[in-house]
Amino acid sequence: MTVVHEEPTAGADVPTRRIRVTVNGVTKTVELEPRVLLVHLLRQALGLTGTHMGCDTTNCGACTVLVDGRPTKSCTMLAVQADGHEVRTVEGMSTPSELHPLQEGFKEEHGLQCGFCTPGMLMSAKALLENNPDPTEDEIRWALSGNLCRCTGYQNIVKAVQWAAHKMRGEQA
Amino acid sequence: MTAVDERKIGGLGTSRKRVEDDRFIRGKGNYVDDIVLPGMLHMEILRSPVAHARIKSIDTSRAWEVPGVHLVLTGEMAATRNLAWMPTLSYDTQAVLATDKVRFQGQEVAVVVADDPYIAKDACELIDVEYEPLPALVTPEQAIAEGAPVIRDDKAGQDDNLIYTWEVGDKDGTDRAFEQADVISKLRLHYPRSHPSPIEPCGSVADFNRATGKLTVYMTTQAPHIVRAAVAMIAELPEHMIRIVAPDIGGGFGNKVPVYPGYVCSILCSILLERPVKWIEDKTGNLISTGFARDMYLDSEMALSKDGKILGVRIRADADHGAFYADAQPSKFKIGLLHSTFACYDIPNAHLMARGVYTNKAPGGVAYRCSFRVTEAMFFQERMMHAAANDLGMDQAEFRRRNLVRDDQFPYRTPFGFLLDSGQYHKCLEVGLKAIDYDNFREQQKQARARGRLLGLGISTMTEPLGAGNSREFDILGIKMFDSAELRVHPTGKALLRIGSKTQGQGHETTFAQIVSHELGIPADDIVVEHGDTDTAPFGMGTYASRSTPVAGAATAMVARKIRAKARAIAAHLLEASEEDVEWELGRFYLRSSPERGVTIQECAMAAYGNMPDGMEPGLEHHAYYDPPNMTWPFAVYIATVEVDPETGVWDVLKVVAVDDCGVRINPMIVEGQIMGGLTEAYAMSSMQFQTYDAEGNCIGSNYMDYLLPSAWETPGFELHSEVVTPSPHHPIGAKGIGECAAVGGPAAFVNAVMDAISHTGVRNIDMPLLPDRVWEALNQRRDVSGAPPVRAED
Ligand code: FES
Ligand code: FES
Repeated sequence: MTVVHEEPTAGADVPTRRIRVTVNGVTKTVELEPRVLLVHLLRQALGLTGTHMGCDTTNCGACTVLVDGRPTKSCTMLAVQADGHEVRTVEGMSTPSELHPLQEGFKEEHGLQCGFCTPGMLMSAKALLENNPDPTEDEIRWALSGNLCRCTGYQNIVKAVQWAAHKMRGEQA
Repeated sequence: MTAVDERKIGGLGTSRKRVEDDRFIRGKGNYVDDIVLPGMLHMEILRSPVAHARIKSIDTSRAWEVPGVHLVLTGEMAATRNLAWMPTLSYDTQAVLATDKVRFQGQEVAVVVADDPYIAKDACELIDVEYEPLPALVTPEQAIAEGAPVIRDDKAGQDDNLIYTWEVGDKDGTDRAFEQADVISKLRLHYPRSHPSPIEPCGSVADFNRATGKLTVYMTTQAPHIVRAAVAMIAELPEHMIRIVAPDIGGGFGNKVPVYPGYVCSILCSILLERPVKWIEDKTGNLISTGFARDMYLDSEMALSKDGKILGVRIRADADHGAFYADAQPSKFKIGLLHSTFACYDIPNAHLMARGVYTNKAPGGVAYRCSFRVTEAMFFQERMMHAAANDLGMDQAEFRRRNLVRDDQFPYRTPFGFLLDSGQYHKCLEVGLKAIDYDNFREQQKQARARGRLLGLGISTMTEPLGAGNSREFDILGIKMFDSAELRVHPTGKALLRIGSKTQGQGHETTFAQIVSHELGIPADDIVVEHGDTDTAPFGMGTYASRSTPVAGAATAMVARKIRAKARAIAAHLLEASEEDVEWELGRFYLRSSPERGVTIQECAMAAYGNMPDGMEPGLEHHAYYDPPNMTWPFAVYIATVEVDPETGVWDVLKVVAVDDCGVRINPMIVEGQIMGGLTEAYAMSSMQFQTYDAEGNCIGSNYMDYLLPSAWETPGFELHSEVVTPSPHHPIGAKGIGECAAVGGPAAFVNAVMDAISHTGVRNIDMPLLPDRVWEALNQRRDVSGAPPVRAED
C-alpha cells in the first residue's frame, strides 16, 4: 500500500484534512487542503497525469474519472468528497500485458487524434458499456455528450465504442 | 528476392494504425501540464476586467504578503528588462504586461509566481489596480469613425485605428467587366469571430539554468523554431542557449502558433527566480486573450452574363484585428491569402481592397484550421455563388458547372495571380451530386414545400492554396517558409527521422514514417519519427496552414532519396558492378543483367558502416531542406441537406456528403479523420460557435457555457468520398494536404442549405452562427439578420 503525504502549503497556516481514497484499487491516505479539487489530487499529488483538465466549467469532460463506477468530472469535485470512495482513472484500465477493449477500439477505429480528450472519453464509455453492453449509436452519442472532442468529429469515437462493445460481448458469450 | 510489398510494410496509401495512440490510450501522453521539474513554481496571470482603460496605479503589496508567493511581476518591472512590450509576427508590437493602458478585456496586467497555483491565484486577487475607463471600440466601423479614441497611442505617428490598407487585382479590368454585365449580384456579410479552442489550453514550463546559461522551455507550440527565434529577439538571449520543446500538444488549430505574454512571463520569471516556472492557462484565459480567428466584414459585387458566366468580382474586406496586429502569417500578405477567393472558378477579372483595423478586442487573426484567411475567402465565395445563382434564377449545381475551371485549363492562373497546379473539379462535383441524389432531393424538396416543410440543400465547392510557401513570396519575420527533414539509417537498417514540423494530433509520427517506407522500402515500424525539440529537430517553420505534408512531407521524401542515392553506390560496390548497372525496386537494388542478384536496403545500411567503397564517407544519414515551387491545390465539394422547423427556426442536418481530392493520400484512415474533424468545426461555426462582444467590450464566449462546441450528440454523421485523386504535379509524392479543407469549405454548405430551405422569404443572408432565433427572425420578419457586435441588450 502506498501512503502519500502531501505537505501543507509552505509556511501557511492552512487547515488540512486527511482522507482515505482508493485509486485504481490501491488505498491511499492523503493530507490536503479542503479546497483541493479531485483532479489536482490525482494529477499532482498522485502523479496520475492521464486525467486531463481542459476547462473550468464542467463542460469538456477531459477530467472524467469513475467515482464508485459513475462517470464524474473530477474538476468539479473536491478531493475531500472522495474520502472513503473508489476512484478509477485511465491508468487503471489496462494491465501491463493487456489493453481494455475500449483502448484497443480507439486505436483500431482511429477514435483519437491529439489524445487530450481520450482518457475522459474512455472513462465515460467504460461506464456506458458496463451498464449497457449493446448500445445503439444514439445511446453512445448521448452517453458521451458530456465529453468534448475538437479533433475527431466523433464518428470514429462512436465506431470505437461499438468495436469494444462487440469484442466484450464476444468474450462474454 | 523481389521488391518489398508496400502494403505489408505500412507504406504510402496504407491505413496504418497510429503509433502515438499507444501512449494516449493508456493516459501516458506527455503534455505540458504533465511536466514536473524539481523546484518548480507556478505562475498565474491577473487579467484586465475592462476593455479599454488607463491604468492609474497598481498596488501589489498585499499580494507579496501571501505566504508561498515568490514573485509579483508588473509591466513596470518587466520594462526594466525591456520586456513590457514584444514584437508580433506581423511587425507590430504587443504588450506583455500592460503599463500605460489596457486595450482589451483579458489583457495581461500582472503575474504572480508561488509554490502552487492555488496560492498564486489567491495572490492575484489581492493586487489592486485602479483603472480610468475609456470608451471601448468593438467594430471596425466604430474604430474608424471620426473622432474615435486612438487605441494604439503607444505608437508614434499612429493617430487613428487603421493598421493597413491592401489592394490586389486589376481594378480597371474589373470596372470594365461590370460595365458589360447583364446582372450584378451583391452580398454583404460578417464572418464572426471564432476561437480555435483546442481542448488543451496554452501553457509553458520555463527552466533557466544560471550555471549553464541555458533556457529550456516546454510549451504548447505548433512552431518551436519560430518561437526560438522570437525568444532570442524578445529576451535578448543567444539563440544557441535556447531550447524550445513542444511535447504532446492537445490540439492546436492555429491557436498555438503565436508567442503569447504568458510564455514570455514564465521565461522572465524563471530567469529572475532561477527556478523552473510553470504557467497553465485556464480556459477563460485561453478564450479571451489568445489568437482568435475570422472577424471579417465582406462586401462584394459580382458581374454576370445572362447565361451564367461570371465576368468579374469586386470585394471589400474589413478585418478586425483587435488591440494588436498579431496575426501569424507570411509578411508579404497583409490579410493572408484572402485573395485566393474564387480561385476554383474561371473568372477573367477581380479586384480586392482590404483594411485592417484596431479595436478593443483580443489580438489575433490566426489561421484557425486555415491557410491564412482562406476560410473567410471560401466561405464568402460560396455564399456569393449561392446568392448569384438565385439572382440569375439558375440551378445551384448548373451555375457552378458553368464557371468551375476545366481540366484542360491547368495549370490555371487566377485573376489574383495564383497558379492552380491541378484538379478535376467537374468530376468531383458530379460525384457529390450523385451521392446526395441531387435531382431526387430537389423533387422531394418541392413536395415537402407544398406541405409546409422546409427542406434545403447547400453546395460548397472550393480549392485552397496549401503548403506555404515558396521562398520568392513567403517568409515570417524574414525567415523563408521552407521545411526540413533529417534521416539516419542505423547499421541494422532501422531508422530515425527528424522533421522540422510538429504534430498537434495529426499523426506525424505515423505518416512521415510511411513516406520513408515508400521511398526506401524500410518497414514503417522500423522508423521512429522525432520532432518538436529545437535542440534535435532540423529548422522548420512549424505546422499550420496545412503545410506539414506539402512542405515537410516533401522534405522527407527528398531526404530519403538522398539516402537511396548513397545506398545505390554502396549496392554497386557490394554487387561489384557499376552504378549504372544497378536497378532499384522497393527495398532492394539488383543487377539489371541478373535480377536475382541483389542487396536489400538493410544490407546497404550495414555496409555503410562496415564495408563501404574506398573513399566513401562512412554512415548513412542526410538532411534536406525543401523550398516548394508552388502551393498545392486540393479541391473539395461539400453538400449538406437540412430541414428547418418553421415554428422554432431550429434546423437539423439530414445528410452531409464530402468529396475531397487531396492528391495522393499517405494514410487514408488519417485523411478521413482530418476531414471529419474539419466538417465538425464547419458545423460548429455554422450552427453555434462564435465570440461576440457587448458595447462595453465584454467578451461573450469566454467559457464553454457561452462558447458552444458541438458534442457527439449534436454532431451529424458524414459520408466521405475519395474516388477522385489528382496528384500534385510538383510535390515529390503527389500529396496536397487535407487538414483544413473541410473546416474551410464546410461552413458554406450548411449555411447555403438553410438559406435554400427558406428561399421563399427572399432573405439573402443570415450571419453565422445560424442560431434558431436568427433563423426564426429571418423567417418571420423576412429580413437579413446581421450577427455583428455589439450584441443587443436583449441577447
Ligand atoms: S476539465 Fe473538467 S469538465 Fe473540463
Ligand atoms: S482527440 Fe483531440 S480533443 Fe479529442
